[in-house]
Amino acid sequence: MSSNLRWRKFVSGFMLTMTGVCALVAVSVLFFILGYLVFHGGTSISWNFFTKLPAPVGEGGGGMANAIVGSAKLLLLASLIGVPVGFFGAIYLAEFGGGATTFVVRYAADLLNGVPSIVIGIFAYGLVVLPFKHFSTLAGGFALGLMMIPVTLRSTEEFLRGVPRALREAAMALGASKWKTVATVIVPAAYRGILTAVLLAFARVAGETAPLLFTAFGNRFWSPGWDQPTSSLPVMIFTYAIAPYEDWHRQAWAAGLVLLGLILVINIVARAILARGIAVPRS
Amino acid sequence: MKRIAGILLITIAFAGVLWADNALLINGAGATFPYPIYSKWFAEYHKANGAIEINYLSVGSGAGIKQVTDGTVDFGATDGPMNDDQLKAYRDKHGAPILHFPTVLGAAVPTYNIPGVTTSLNFTPDALAGIFLGRISKWNDPAIANANKGVNLPANDIIVIHRSEGSGTTYIWTDYLSKVSTDWKDKVGKGTAVNWPVGLGGKGNEGVTGLIKQTPNAIGYVELIYAVQNKIPYGAVRNAAGEFVRADLAGVSAAAAAASKTMPEDFRVSITNAPGKGVYPISSFTWLLIPGKFSDATKRDAIKGFVTWMLADGQNYAETLSYAKLPKEVVDRELKAISKIQ
Amino acid sequence: MREGDEIARLITFLFAASVVLVTLLLVFELWQGSILPRHKFGFNFFRTSVWDPIFDQFGALPFIYGTLVTAGVALVIAVPLGIGAAIFLAELAPARVSDTLEFFIDLLAAVPSVIYGLLGVFIVVPLMREYIQPALKNTLGFLPLFQGPVYGVGLLTAGIVLAIMVIPYIISVSREVLLSVPRDQREAALSLGSTRWESTWQVVVPFARGGIMGSIFLALARALGETMAVTMVIGNAPVISASLFSPGDSIASVIANQFTEATGDLYLQSLIELGLVLFLITFILNGLARLLIVATSQKGSAMGNA
Repeated sequence: MSSNLRWRKFVSGFMLTMTGVCALVAVSVLFFILGYLVFHGGTSISWNFFTKLPAPVGEGGGGMANAIVGSAKLLLLASLIGVPVGFFGAIYLAEFGGGATTFVVRYAADLLNGVPSIVIGIFAYGLVVLPFKHFSTLAGGFALGLMMIPVTLRSTEEFLRGVPRALREAAMALGASKWKTVATVIVPAAYRGILTAVLLAFARVAGETAPLLFTAFGNRFWSPGWDQPTSSLPVMIFTYAIAPYEDWHRQAWAAGLVLLGLILVINIVARAILARGIAVPRS
Repeated sequence: MKRIAGILLITIAFAGVLWADNALLINGAGATFPYPIYSKWFAEYHKANGAIEINYLSVGSGAGIKQVTDGTVDFGATDGPMNDDQLKAYRDKHGAPILHFPTVLGAAVPTYNIPGVTTSLNFTPDALAGIFLGRISKWNDPAIANANKGVNLPANDIIVIHRSEGSGTTYIWTDYLSKVSTDWKDKVGKGTAVNWPVGLGGKGNEGVTGLIKQTPNAIGYVELIYAVQNKIPYGAVRNAAGEFVRADLAGVSAAAAAASKTMPEDFRVSITNAPGKGVYPISSFTWLLIPGKFSDATKRDAIKGFVTWMLADGQNYAETLSYAKLPKEVVDRELKAISKIQ
Repeated sequence: MREGDEIARLITFLFAASVVLVTLLLVFELWQGSILPRHKFGFNFFRTSVWDPIFDQFGALPFIYGTLVTAGVALVIAVPLGIGAAIFLAELAPARVSDTLEFFIDLLAAVPSVIYGLLGVFIVVPLMREYIQPALKNTLGFLPLFQGPVYGVGLLTAGIVLAIMVIPYIISVSREVLLSVPRDQREAALSLGSTRWESTWQVVVPFARGGIMGSIFLALARALGETMAVTMVIGNAPVISASLFSPGDSIASVIANQFTEATGDLYLQSLIELGLVLFLITFILNGLARLLIVATSQKGSAMGNA
């Protein structure tokens, strides 16, 4: 074996090992984050955290009950806005649309998807907060809902298109109208993918903080109804993390663990659903 | 599908019912300077008046002024009084004035985190101006060392920490520096958000305190209680009478003593660098910004009720949190001014 | 039956159209909302570095600088790591290992920004301040990049946090693109006597070059728009400095800090103009990314079927 070949083989082995190291580093970051959050957050999770309202500055014993409920309300509203628009819009694209309209809608969705979340916050502030003169759960939910739309729309469209033609033709041959075909055959066939898309979109906005800064704002108490400012987990994490109080830091860790736990669980569940395969085998 | 839709609808209805509680929620936002006492007050007031929830968010005086002018919050709070342009802007927008109500007296203190130094340092006005202008860059600079003989100051770089957003505490600090340093006045000026020559920005008094705590060789300006609660050392400042005074209730009250007799009708006054013995020179009132006209009578009455309580029982909470009570003359005048809230 | 179809078509069309409408409205709002500074400052907005709310002078240069520098640092770290990992996953790892690791990488992409901020404040910043920045100063301190006081927070720290956030994007897209390179490319190279690494680095990767560039653009777009993690560790000072240790500010961060308190129309609209600028930059980058990725995958499948 010539020395040149030996060198090249050495380089090959070395570089390929390095790529393995890169992959290892990347993956271990995830486990490091998880581990750190579990360690710090786990020790800070307490009954108080889940049930109490925030305490006055410098006093202990407060919790994030209102932030948890606030986040739940915001996400519910976001889903109410994001899911129908994405779902029905995708049906239009996959089943009824054609040519120019499809292109324009897809382009708009991709554009919306790329908008930085802080800019969405600016938009929601001008559109919902200023006219109603209120920071509100509504404004926050609207901002988050906007962010859910593109993901839901594009993914749902893909899964709808992925349903085999044979199914559609069979339904048509039996005399079903278009909308009936869609409602009773195509959507059920694609439902796993659609559910996954919705879950992933949900998980994505669950952690968003920037758009909430000027829409939901914040609240030290419970937020009644939908038109008042509300506390939320991500904003509380931000507020508490940059403050000097140890007690607040502990709560920030706990909140971080709860938030990340929720997001990761949703992601894993969504991917598991998808991995089971679509309901109908491809022809 | 139908089942999911059904569950969703029931949840929404449930949610709407469950959280449409009957308490009146009043939203305020603004200064971080008085936040410790405000959060205590609003919690105590809610305990005494269960039907009223006053939600105050500590986001900085700048945001307080803007939000109350936009009408997105019911009241604001600031330690830098609104200037005439801002007052006019409010008036033009709402057709009624915005009223300033002093709540407590506080002090902006120079806090620091110098390895090996646990005592209270003495700062001359020139030293403070020089540090924040970036001219004095090391801790053992003569301008600082000469006032602190016997203290072992390291030759480390000074890390200046200021506010990253619009802040009344910044207003108080820059107001003082403008009075004691013509250089500062010309180069930077006073305001809630200035063009800082050097330093990092922290968000809120909370953020600045957090940064100082974590960053060796840092110096910043925060309200007294933040330094006290977080056990970080703070220095004494030389006042107009030539004494080095460390911020405390007596020093702050002394600063307000002269001004309270000549307090203008709208309560906007600066008491930095006040003359007299025992005065702490970087003291200030802090104000609630209350609209002169409310469209919602229940909110108006609730706020008037709170202000009345604040001027009486509320004042008793001030001293435990290192804020000084309002002078009696000011309290009396404010009680009269409450009737201006329509 | 016709009628039902027509109604269904109309309803779904309305939903689809609403997406277009809301997007148009957003762009319009950004444009309208930044009218004052555009007229007053014009292009000088991008060349001035003074941000002074008292004297009504607003220049975007410090924020553009901070945004670009932090994103640049992030890419310098994330691109080699990300491409390396992608090569490993696409070329070397057996399918199951590759899929499992990809699963974890996707989870990393799902971690929200504020959590990175949390970890940044409590782990990265002290690490930087106590160990990494002094070490850099001692070894590479002759470079203007690594001079000046050590704060802990600053451009370098923000860049590092951003790097962690964008690595998953580079990895997953690059991996897909590499996997779509047709087998005969590799086999041809190997049959000509190249080593495994040579066939990967000199044949496969160049083939997938467009898609990999696309993944970098995607990562860049994400890094530019990041708000929370950056604002918690960048130091929030609108300054331009040659040193990476210096604090700075990014467009997204300054909007987050100052939007709720910008009194005066010029101030507020200057922030909105910053938002418009950010939007335009990410829009262009995302568009380019998509083009590159699609083009590469199509090239791959076209050649594979040849």
